[in-house]
Amino acid sequence: MEEKDFFAKSVNSKYAKKIKKFTRVKESAIKFFFAVNGTMALIFIILIFIFLFKEGFRALDHIGLLDFLYLDRTDASGTVERVFQWYPTSEEPRYSLIPLLIGTFLTAFPATVISTLLGVGAGIYLSEVANPKLKEFLKPMIELFAGIPTVVLGFVMLVIGASFFNDLLHPANRLNAFVASIGLSFVIIPIIASLTEDALHSIPNDLRMASYGLGATKWQTVSKVILPAAFSGVSASIILGFGRAIGETMIVLMCAGNAANLTTNIFLSVRTMTATIAAEMGEVSQGSDHYYSLFFIGIVLFTFTFFLNLIAEIIVNRMRKKNTF
Amino acid sequence: MELKKRKKDFSGFISLGIVRLMFFFLAFILILLLGKIFIEGIGVISLEFLIDEPRNNMTEGGIGPAIFGTVAVTLFMVLFAVPLGVFSAIYLNEYAKDTFFTRIIRTSINNLAGVPSIVFGLFGLGFFILFVGKNLDEVFETGLLFGQPALLWASATLAVLVLPIVIVSTLEALNSVPKSHRDASYGLGATKWQTIKNVVVPQARPGILTGTILAISRGAGETAPILFLGAAFFLPNLPIADLCIGDYCIPMINPTEQFMYLAYHIFIMATQSSNPTETLPLQYGSTLVLIVLTFLLNITAIIFRYRFRKSLGRL
Repeated sequence: MEEKDFFAKSVNSKYAKKIKKFTRVKESAIKFFFAVNGTMALIFIILIFIFLFKEGFRALDHIGLLDFLYLDRTDASGTVERVFQWYPTSEEPRYSLIPLLIGTFLTAFPATVISTLLGVGAGIYLSEVANPKLKEFLKPMIELFAGIPTVVLGFVMLVIGASFFNDLLHPANRLNAFVASIGLSFVIIPIIASLTEDALHSIPNDLRMASYGLGATKWQTVSKVILPAAFSGVSASIILGFGRAIGETMIVLMCAGNAANLTTNIFLSVRTMTATIAAEMGEVSQGSDHYYSLFFIGIVLFTFTFFLNLIAEIIVNRMRKKNTF
Repeated sequence: MELKKRKKDFSGFISLGIVRLMFFFLAFILILLLGKIFIEGIGVISLEFLIDEPRNNMTEGGIGPAIFGTVAVTLFMVLFAVPLGVFSAIYLNEYAKDTFFTRIIRTSINNLAGVPSIVFGLFGLGFFILFVGKNLDEVFETGLLFGQPALLWASATLAVLVLPIVIVSTLEALNSVPKSHRDASYGLGATKWQTIKNVVVPQARPGILTGTILAISRGAGETAPILFLGAAFFLPNLPIADLCIGDYCIPMINPTEQFMYLAYHIFIMATQSSNPTETLPLQYGSTLVLIVLTFLLNITAIIFRYRFRKSLGRL
């Protein structure tokens, strides 16, 4: 009893209280400091959002929203022609984003298809087929593969890939959407492969064992049990890969030919949204309509990838909740 | 019955074989391309190539200034990104509870990692140069010093780009520190800050280092964000200025100057130079240097993480 009193007294003594108060203030100040730093990722996302929109929406002062789709040109004889062209430096500037959007999808979509085939295949191989020792070696290799700078891949496709496909397929343009999409798939395959591997790996082993127990072969187990169970994870990886393909700059800048053709022919030169920003931002005069319209393209690009990432994230979160067997 | 089963097995064998084949096809192409770069590039590389500056309209000489610029930019980038990323991860793992707000922060980390690199370039131009830089110039009345493309803003932009990498690997490292160690520290009367400082962070140090190395490798390889943030075609002088205190002068990296960048140098030589075929050997050489640099960094990070995870397994 006495001891307890003494303890209470010493804890509540004036000096102890002072220390306690100081510590509490110090601790909460430190917590505040970390909290400010902790919100930085969110703050930067908001800042990117604000500054893209701040500059990009100024484009709408002089260029209408419809002008970003098409321009009705009246020629000398008075006939009106509707043109879909990106030609911002001409006397009659044309700001249609349609050829750029088509260029972007013409490079990103084939790249995603190729990478889905090879990437999911590689993911299945790593997770289900390769023996564990080999896997321990191959997984870091995929990571290394993913770490190759994109300018290197662009360079490789430019000096080796383009000539190779030129001799093989004789395309109309030496640098075209196809060459760029092959280059892009080098970026996306490791992403899809490693995320697919993660998704397959997270499927509980019980499912495999149950399938084998029912007499299924390995391939039956993989194709009828494991892949359907990991479907959401695999599709999230494909969506993320597609987002990367849309946002990739250097490869399409170096290999797609950079002619804003309005075409669906994969063997023609195209120009993507990213390449347009990269190629023209350096030469444009600040404050011109052209300058603001490049930021407007940035908004379109940012919005696309933002929603693709969000969708993938939601799918992955749902999968995590579902997979807590 | 017997026949049917065998048939099924056969199709499975073929399918798995295709999967296997696809994987080795990929590996084969990759090795082929890397091998080509290595064979073409190794002949160019010498000590002079790494130190010299480009001469004679880039058809001769080396990549010294480009390497210097890359090192300088990534150095500043690390100074910005690592403290910010580590503090951010400490908040998320040690202080924050699982609320709606922290979930938004986690989502925005993932989203930041997915923003196209060229958009970071636009952001760097709009925010760092035209907003922060211009306002700094106005406040300090320095004329046009900060409000133009410069090494400082390129590093700051790359720091935002690699921030998710640092945060995610630090988070993983902090998360792997057992809760019992924290409880033991609290039991000894340590406060939360003391626990973080003396118990949690020291154990997470290898993870933080891994994140830093990965961030450097990513930053050194990026080209698109710095295209209009001060990367220069060719600069006769290194971005160095003498920092004088009294009579003592030390040469320092001048963060307000433009710079050459290895990744940008490759891009320029391959696409914009007057004679791309004549400089082809130099292009291969520069590419080989960049690949070796990123591979070395990544391999170091992988080994670090492997050891770290192994040591945790023993705990």
